[in-house]
Amino acid sequence: MTIEVKNIVKKFGSFAALDNVDLKVDQGELLALLGPSGSGKTTLLRIIAGLDWPDAGEVLIDGENALARGASERHVGFVFQHYALFRHMTVFENVAFGLRVQPRAIRKDEATIRARVKELLDLVQLDWLSDRYPSQLSGGQRQRIALARALAIEPRILLLDEPFGALDAKVRKELRQWLRSLHNEIHVTSIFVTHDQEEALEVANRVVVMDKGRIEQIGSPGEVYDNPATAFVHGFIGESIVLPVDVSGGSVRLGGRPLNIAANGAASGASKLFVRRHDMQIGPAGSGSLEGAVRHVRSFGPIQRAEVALSGGEGKTIIEIDAPRDRELQAGEIVSLQPRRYRIFAAHD
Amino acid sequence: MSTQSSVVTSATELRAYAPTADLTVSPPPSRIERARPRTGTSPDNLRTEPGPIRFIIIALAVTFLSVFVVLPLVVVFASAFSKGIGAYLTALGEPEALAAIKLTLLVAAISVTLNLVFGIIAAWAIAKFDFTGKTFLITLIDLPFSVSPVISGLVFVLLFGAQGFFGTWLQANDIHILFAVPGIALATIFVTFPFVARALIPLMQEQGTQEEEAAISLGASGLQTFFRVTLPNIKWGLLYGVLLCNARAMGEFGAVSVVSGHIRGETNTMPLLVEILYNEYQFVASFAIASLLAMLALITLVVKTVLERRLDEGQEPSDH
Repeated sequence: MTIEVKNIVKKFGSFAALDNVDLKVDQGELLALLGPSGSGKTTLLRIIAGLDWPDAGEVLIDGENALARGASERHVGFVFQHYALFRHMTVFENVAFGLRVQPRAIRKDEATIRARVKELLDLVQLDWLSDRYPSQLSGGQRQRIALARALAIEPRILLLDEPFGALDAKVRKELRQWLRSLHNEIHVTSIFVTHDQEEALEVANRVVVMDKGRIEQIGSPGEVYDNPATAFVHGFIGESIVLPVDVSGGSVRLGGRPLNIAANGAASGASKLFVRRHDMQIGPAGSGSLEGAVRHVRSFGPIQRAEVALSGGEGKTIIEIDAPRDRELQAGEIVSLQPRRYRIFAAHD
Repeated sequence: MSTQSSVVTSATELRAYAPTADLTVSPPPSRIERARPRTGTSPDNLRTEPGPIRFIIIALAVTFLSVFVVLPLVVVFASAFSKGIGAYLTALGEPEALAAIKLTLLVAAISVTLNLVFGIIAAWAIAKFDFTGKTFLITLIDLPFSVSPVISGLVFVLLFGAQGFFGTWLQANDIHILFAVPGIALATIFVTFPFVARALIPLMQEQGTQEEEAAISLGASGLQTFFRVTLPNIKWGLLYGVLLCNARAMGEFGAVSVVSGHIRGETNTMPLLVEILYNEYQFVASFAIASLLAMLALITLVVKTVLERRLDEGQEPSDH
């Protein structure tokens, strides 16, 4: 099933939660809506599910106007951040709920419902918990039950709102991989909301980066990481070093001193230079266009992370760099720095 | 809501250990410091008073309760049975007494049923929707608690009395509200309205709307959602509210006294009859009726304790 969202506007008072959002989700995709809190991602998801209504715009599910139907008629599976399991029902009854509330004409008989619930509990590998109550389960188990419950109605699309947000780090990582393999198995068009870039990059086929009610970029995990379209995306996805620079006539200056890098077509004026931590090359003093004193070095795994205080310019600018461990850096050492890969965005972004 | 991961397994994850680099770098928050549990005051630390002082405080509390609560209760039963069980039963078997008991049960049934419905509706509106005037509505629900019951009764006299707002019209159409069951029921409903709503509002607010949203997204209709999800979740709170509402409805004196007219065998509820019999020096009869009300109080107390335990169990600690 495809989902199409056209010119969606949603205001809460004077605050624009969604500002003219357009989005198309293809059949069988696993799409991530990624953004900081307040970026409108959850609101967008709730509008698609029918739990919120837009002030303007269209939502088409499989080409059909979804806004003409209420949430209960959209046949959309929704998984909540805090699970929202029915606390007074057993796990079994939770999963069976969607089948039991069907109109009498299409409701399955008890044996079919039991078989279907069993099948779903097997799918989420929790059939041994069917007589327990939600309060007796761990967070990870609850979320898997919530997912089984949403799948019970054979939803046309599956929407997950921060599905792993309330779980601890280890469980979250396990569930991520599990969700991806589950999606490979059942292939239902899915959208999940997250503020965790790692989660989005690791699980989704495509990532939609949102900020302040607008879509900043849509692309594969590789695209949004390697070719961020805006300063926001560069800053939000992956760690970046950001330096205020001036661009004029193809040359880039930091605090008046020219940097030995090309402007790459950036417009003249005040700009921001974005460099990934590992894209800043460290060399002996005098070999690059930036210079600074190493203040502190921490080494772990394959890299060493150095805090470098840049010399020159106004005030003290301290940046963090990831360098390979082929040459151990010392605190107090003067090094030169040269951006290997970088992007320049206008400063007002 | 930390986006950080605790196991360093890849270069991607290493990033999680440092804050977003902008122009300056601040040290990452220390995990150890944040993880350290706060040392709270344990009950042991509170037991610092020396033994005698502890004893005096406890003794004071027990004495106070005995004198002001237990003693009157004992007196009620002692007086009721002072002429033996035969006199007690005869007093309860009087037609006037039976009429009062019947009227009290009828009024309680009417007002509890209506307040059950109104209470759920009001609590639902307040807990699950946002609208202008919500704070005003919450304040309004508490009004019967803050107004003297006599005033509550007078309001109905002013509305439905012979000189009242609707008085002429009611008389013309031969409708009896004041000095009849409808008036007593109205005054009781007014006085007992807050109980159900007040028991439900915090419960429903705490539970939020997510389970209802989940039910709707699973295809449940509004009614199915209410009866299968909302009602089971609030049932103990609802029973708690109904219990207190019922106790007050049966025991209400002031408001009912104003609207009842004290017509013997017709508009006297149990509390009103207790007063009348007492004023006529029929102590055994008076305390016999009073003992029924006292028993109602005791039963209410026991059920309330059981319900409170259920409510606590219902709100199991969840990790959000």
